[in-house]
Formats: sequence, structure tokens, C-alpha cells
Amino acid sequence: MMNWKRKDLLGLKDLSAEEIKLILDTAVPMKEILGRRIKKVPTLRGRTVVTLFYEPSTRTRTSFELAAKYLSADSVNISTSASSVVKGESLKDTARTLAAMGADVVILRHPMAGAPVLLARTIRAAVINAGDGTHEHPTQALLDMFTVREKKGELAGLTVAIIGDILHSRVARSNIWGFTKMGARVRVCGPATMMPPEIEVTGAQVCLSIEEALTGADVVMMLRIQLERQQQGLFPSIREYARLFGLNRERLSLARPDALVMHPGPMNRGVEISPEVADGVNSVINEQVTNGVAVRMALLYLLSGGGMPDA
Amino acid sequence: MHKLLLKGGRVIDPKAGEMFTADILIVEGKVAAIGPALEAGEGAVMDVTGKLVAPGLIDMHVHFREPGFEAKETIASGSRAAARGGFTAVVCMPNTDPVADNRAVISCIKARAQETGLVKVYPVGAITRGIRGEELTEMADLKEAGAVALSDDGRPVASAAVMRRAMQYARMVGLPIISHCEEPALSAGGVMHEGYMSTVLGLPGIPAAAEEIMVARDIILSEYTGCPLHIAHVSTAGSVRLIREAKARGVPVTAEVAPHHFTLTHRAVANYDTSTKVNPPLRTEDDVAALKEALADGTIDVIATDHAPHTLEEKDVEYQLAPFGLVGLETALGLVWTELVIPGVLSPVEAIRKLTVNPARILGLPEGVLKVGGDADITIIDPELVEVVDPATFASKGRNTPFAGRRLQGLPVATIVKGQVVYNRNLAVIW
Repeated sequence: MMNWKRKDLLGLKDLSAEEIKLILDTAVPMKEILGRRIKKVPTLRGRTVVTLFYEPSTRTRTSFELAAKYLSADSVNISTSASSVVKGESLKDTARTLAAMGADVVILRHPMAGAPVLLARTIRAAVINAGDGTHEHPTQALLDMFTVREKKGELAGLTVAIIGDILHSRVARSNIWGFTKMGARVRVCGPATMMPPEIEVTGAQVCLSIEEALTGADVVMMLRIQLERQQQGLFPSIREYARLFGLNRERLSLARPDALVMHPGPMNRGVEISPEVADGVNSVINEQVTNGVAVRMALLYLLSGGGMPDA
Repeated sequence: MHKLLLKGGRVIDPKAGEMFTADILIVEGKVAAIGPALEAGEGAVMDVTGKLVAPGLIDMHVHFREPGFEAKETIASGSRAAARGGFTAVVCMPNTDPVADNRAVISCIKARAQETGLVKVYPVGAITRGIRGEELTEMADLKEAGAVALSDDGRPVASAAVMRRAMQYARMVGLPIISHCEEPALSAGGVMHEGYMSTVLGLPGIPAAAEEIMVARDIILSEYTGCPLHIAHVSTAGSVRLIREAKARGVPVTAEVAPHHFTLTHRAVANYDTSTKVNPPLRTEDDVAALKEALADGTIDVIATDHAPHTLEEKDVEYQLAPFGLVGLETALGLVWTELVIPGVLSPVEAIRKLTVNPARILGLPEGVLKVGGDADITIIDPELVEVVDPATFASKGRNTPFAGRRLQGLPVATIVKGQVVYNRNLAVIW
């Protein structure tokens, strides 16, 4: 068993398959803790975890906060409005202040790509990227991989279809890096206006139609379509988007019968995903949320200097 | 009488395309003689054996930030950087605060340069008031005050109608237009080249098309109006093709490239290093190859730095928040030598031509040549000297360079403006 050597978790692009496996393996006993009646272990007692969120988020922030609490770390939440990114205290100064107050782990969500890289260069504390602009959202991808591995046993050889606004999706980027490193095939599909240039270099295969992307897929990952993208002229209407790229029961039948349906949330029911699919037998959307806490516990544990837990 | 003899150097005559061993005698700031075995008499002698003696280099694209942004750079600090980089003359872009869109600001820049007295500073006037792209400036007045060209550099002239009128009027006045080619509707929000690196890094991209559409538009307008057009900081293979084709057709168009664009690619952005954030952005390997080819075949006439200093605080932020621009004066010649001359893309004479006579010709300046009776503006180059770039040693206030730690060979060792040695790295002067 290898040990964790990195100070930070900034993205999945630079992680090895072994490192990803270590995180996923570490999350297994963490999930077991979540199933106990008393969900608390003393592992990180005396450690301080700060969530620093420059973007509104309920589920990711709460997930990290609970992960810290279940491990007995002290946690503090700082939510800052996006406007303060432009004026007021700089990210580096905020980070230095937190470091001076003794934070051991800083979890950063930021609207701009690369902000966690800047933070990690500035402070000695461990930095976890909780989503930066359209760059990466590694903990989301790790919880997605954990969920799939739990259901399918293995990631290698699987076909994963990611559907939607790939251009603006950090979830898609992290999942492409993560799943391909673990030996899965990743297909991406969405409006041509929302497909990043030369996405093939990441190892993903571009599909022109949702039917092509879904055929034979083991995992179907639907992305949230941001309704304001329509005003930006990236697609003509919600109606046409739903018609071309929405997942319904009929389309899902193209995938393997035991295909998993995933969504990082929050969902636009009736737009990118029909309610009967979101709540159907193939859906693992709620389990993703539970597994998110387990994976984040694993990361807090590893970044705080642990090997495998004896929990 | 002030005399200085440069003894034993290899003199480069970029106009004639020759390089020969000769001494140069400078008397009262002018070149008095060029020839073998000259005597200084009672004057000083600088031994330049083994060095190249070139006409003073001209950088036709710098931002000295004064008036208005003196924390980034001043005419004094910028001039020191120019002298240290081997430049005897610079051409300052008008995006100061206030903008150089009227006689008063042009006069102010010239007066501050006079006080500094290091290198020659030629101002560029704005094409439109406040570089807002709407109303034309008083171009005749700007020319009379000393503007050598017109540009809204830093911002494109978005309206084709405004650019068309500007070219008609500028041609009448007799000033070239220097165009910053960028279609703002395509570049909006972008911070780096749009391609696989922007996809991987998740940063908003600026497609090559944003530049090329404007290059094409301005070439068409130049052809239509007959106004001499100079395309600033060409960065893409597509722009090169358009310029090459226009030149072949006889359109009065010229072009420049910046050292960072023929040296670096968008891969340099990989770690979100804000010193790589520049507009136009660092492009692909294919673009770099096309720029080198265009330098070699003469499609690109000029090498200019687009020296754009910023403070440390401004650049030490999230990539998307950092301002565009990097400093170039003190690394330019080393990059030209290391990236172009040593690998054989350009001969020493061709390289010097793009830093002297060519910009002088485009702007109608008397400099750029070494001739008896002309100003003794001279750059001494040591083609063997090697240095690792250390921004801490820069004379510029700006430290925003992506070249820190890079090994450069072929560096300026002395800079002489009107016979005065304004920079001397290591040459002995004997009285």
C-alpha cells in the first residue's frame, strides 16, 4: 500500500491511478463510519479545517463540513460573495490570514480557474480544491468514481457517457481525467457551442448525438445546464436543449440495462433529466451525496498525514 | 571637443546588408568617421574587439505608463530599461492616463523624456479620443506635436467605419496607423489562447480568429484607403498568411512580432503563471513556426517588444484577474539571438535590420543606420555572452517576465545615444 505524499489536492489531471485508488480505498472504511449509530471518530481531533467559499454552494460545503466533524476536526466556514474577489482583500492575503490563525486544511471553492494553485503556492496548509471556475472539481469526480466502483466492482473497461455543457463543467474535466486514468472509456456529448476545443487531448471521445453517447454505456452522467447560457447565445432554447440532450427513459434504454444514472446536482428536472429517470431504478444520485461525505473524510484524513485508518 | 573611438568591432550595416571590421569615431555626438585604423587623438577609446557594433536598436512598441500609471513604469525607469536592453530609441503607445490623444500629453511625454535624457522617446498618438473607438483625434496637431504614428493599442478600433475614416484622415496627415488587431466580440472574457491548453486549464479562450478577422479587415481598409498600415504584435499563422498575401498584392502593410510570441507557446500558461498572460495570447507550436518563417521570408518586418510593465500586486492574483502584459526590453536582444540568430532563422544582419532600419523606415525616423554625420546611436553586442535572466536585476519597474531563469546568449554590452554611453556592462574605456 502506497502512502499519500502530496500537500494538496488541486485536481485529478496530475494524480496517478495509484493515488486515486488510495483515496477510494481509504473512503471505504470512512463510509462504514457513516453507517454507525454514533458517526464520530477522534482521528482528526485538534486539527482545524477551513472551508473558504467564494461561490454559493450548499451541498459541497456541507459535505466537507460534516466530513470534518465526523473526524472530530474543528471546522470553520467562510463564505465570501463573488464581488469581493474583485475588490477588497486579495485571495493571497485572506489565505495568509487563515494560515496565521492555524488552519491545517483549507478547502477552496472559487469562480476562477487556478485559484487553488495560487493558494497552495502561498500557504503551508493543505489545500483542497472544491471547484475552481471551469477547471476541476476533483472531490466530485472522486465521489463519482467511488459510487461507480461500489456498484460495478471495477472501473477499468467501463464506458462512461458525460452529457451536457462540457465547456463550463469542471465536473466533466475531473471525471474525464479520473475515469480514463482508472482504465474506463469516457464519451462526452453536448451542444457544439458548449464543447471545449480539442477536448480529445484529455482522452475523451466526442459523440455528436446523445444516442451515440448512450449506446452501450455503463454509466450515464448528466450535467446541469445553466439556464443563463441560453441568454449568452450558446443554445437557442431550453425546449430544443431538452429535445436534443435530455435524458429520458426511452433514450436510457440504449445504455446497458444495469447502467448507472448520475448527476452532480442540483438537477433541472424535465430539462437535462426527466423525473422518472432521476428517481428510477438506475439512478444513484442520492448515493452520490452520501459517498461525497465518505470521500471527503478520506481526503481530510490523507492530507492530514494518515496512512490507512484502523477505524 | 567630446570624442569617442570604438576600436576593432564588427560593424553591422543593416541597410547595405553588410558586416565588416572597422573603427567608428564619434565627435560631438555624431558619427565622424567609419573605417580602418582610426585615431582618437585626445578622445576616449572603447575596445570593442570581438563585439558587434550595430546602429542603435529601436523598439517601436513599448508602454512607459507615464502619465498616469507611474507605479508600473515611468519614462525614466523605462528609459533605463531600454538602455540596458540595448535600445537607443523607443516608441511609446498612447494608452496612458490621460490618453495621448492631444498635443498636451504628447508634449508632456517629450518633455519628460528630455529631462531623463537617456534614450530617444517617440510618442504615438491615439487614433480616437480616449481610445474609445468613437471620435477621431486631431491627427494633424498630434503630428505637429511630435507623434510618429497613430494607434489605439491595447484596445482595438472595433468599428470598421471609424477605422476607415481614421485611415483616410491619417493618410492625408501622413502618419501610419498601427493596429492592435482584435475582434472584441470574439475575444471577450478570454485570457489565453483558445485551444487544448485552455480546455485543460479551464480558462476562457481567445481564438486565433479574433486576431485574424481584424487583420483581414484592416488590410482591406488599407488597400481601399491607401493608408500605410502596421500590424502590431502578430501572433498567429493565419495573420501571417493574410499579411504575406497582402504584401504580394502591393498593399502598404507592415508587421511586427514580439519576442515572447516567437519563443513561447500556450503551454507556458500550464501553472497559471500570470507573467504568461499577454494580449494577444501565447499561441501554438504551429503559430510559432509560422512566425519564424515570416521573419525569415520578410513578411514580418519588425521585432518589437510590447514592453508592458505591471506592479507585483497587480500580477500576484488569480490568472483571470491579472492584467495583460509582460516586460520585454531587457530580454529582447537575448531572445532574438538565442531563438533566431543562433539557430539560423535570421542572420545577424537580418535580425538587426528588424530592430533598426525597418522600424525607422515605417515611422519615417532618421535613425536606424550608421552614417557619417548622423547621430551616434550605437548598440554594442557581445554574441558570445551568456546570462541567466534574473528579473531582480531589471532596470524596469516591471518584473513581470515569463523568462526568469532562462539562459540567453547574445546580449547588449553597451548602449550609446548621441555619443553618450548610457549603458556599459563591461567594456573598458581608456582615456
